Amino acid sequence: MAELLRTEHLVKVYDNMSMPALDDITLTIPTGRIVGLLGPNGSGKTTLIKLINGLLQPTSGSVLIEGNRPGPVSKAVVSYLPDRFCLPGDRTAEELMQFYADFYADFDRERAETMLGSLQIERTARIKGLSKGTKEKLQLIMAMSRRARLYVLDEPIAGVDPAARDYILKTIISNYQPDASILLSTHLISDVENILDDVIFIRNGRILLCSSVEKIREEQGKSLDAYFREVFAC
Amino acid sequence: MSWKLDSDRPIHTQLQEILQTQIASGALPPGSKMKSVRELATEAGVNPNTMQRAFAELERLNLIRTERTAGRFVTEDAARIAVAKDEIAMAQLELFRKKMKQLGFEKKEIVDFVRSKWEEEEDG
Repeated sequence: MAELLRTEHLVKVYDNMSMPALDDITLTIPTGRIVGLLGPNGSGKTTLIKLINGLLQPTSGSVLIEGNRPGPVSKAVVSYLPDRFCLPGDRTAEELMQFYADFYADFDRERAETMLGSLQIERTARIKGLSKGTKEKLQLIMAMSRRARLYVLDEPIAGVDPAARDYILKTIISNYQPDASILLSTHLISDVENILDDVIFIRNGRILLCSSVEKIREEQGKSLDAYFREVFAC
Repeated sequence: MSWKLDSDRPIHTQLQEILQTQIASGALPPGSKMKSVRELATEAGVNPNTMQRAFAELERLNLIRTERTAGRFVTEDAARIAVAKDEIAMAQLELFRKKMKQLGFEKKEIVDFVRSKWEEEEDG
């Protein structure tokens, strides 16, 4: 298994904040893994994801994607789904596909069309007219339609209905390539726990635990969801 | 195929049990071709690596075999399948016996109980 992502002693301190948002995060993600990034609100999940995608600069430490710092080279192989909606409202899904095809050499139009069809998303309507859930589905479809090496998904299924959630998870499984990996953050642990290989728990900007999910079931005799509730009990 | 999985037990063991039962019962007939890891993983809604692990275990148990280019097949060894069936049945019996013991049944009472209930059923 080749190494896809490596962070070393990664620290991020926001201006005017006394506590670091991320504190000494060292982790690696090899190819062929689906990794869950779990932690309570404000634990640093989105900060870590933004650092991986070059939207924030580390205070110290480093992020490397296949040996490259976040930048044009890494962005060509990382497909990122942000935690907020950021598609152009005046465009249509059809135009969006053209846009993605122009920007990303790894965009697979056929994959996108299949998913748009299955989830019955209007291709010629302006995006801003779509419902909130449909917008989220569209954004996720675009992220999953790239043949990327690393998918970084920030809360990918939070706003969609359970049936679409199942479809999306099945899409993730069936499109999964052994040379790619997925890092996803979510609060909906029970929905995703059967598809995860590994899990990273973070709290107050620090890694609490990195483990295989099967190992947790074996050793704790409980589901990931139950274990999370126990570890992060308030 | 129904994939009812509990999240509090290792998924690969459960997948293995389900596939083993399918083979033992003949739902997956001897010599038949198995679906691919990815297809079955998608059906079951599990990680392909986990399905792969269940396959590896079945292969180690000689219940399936891999042909390098053609794919994976259920064994044609009827004796091996019979053993698998026996093991699953034994495990069920053990569960039943435990439960009955909890209720206070002795060994002979269990046998008598099962026989009388089944004869009733046949008569009825």
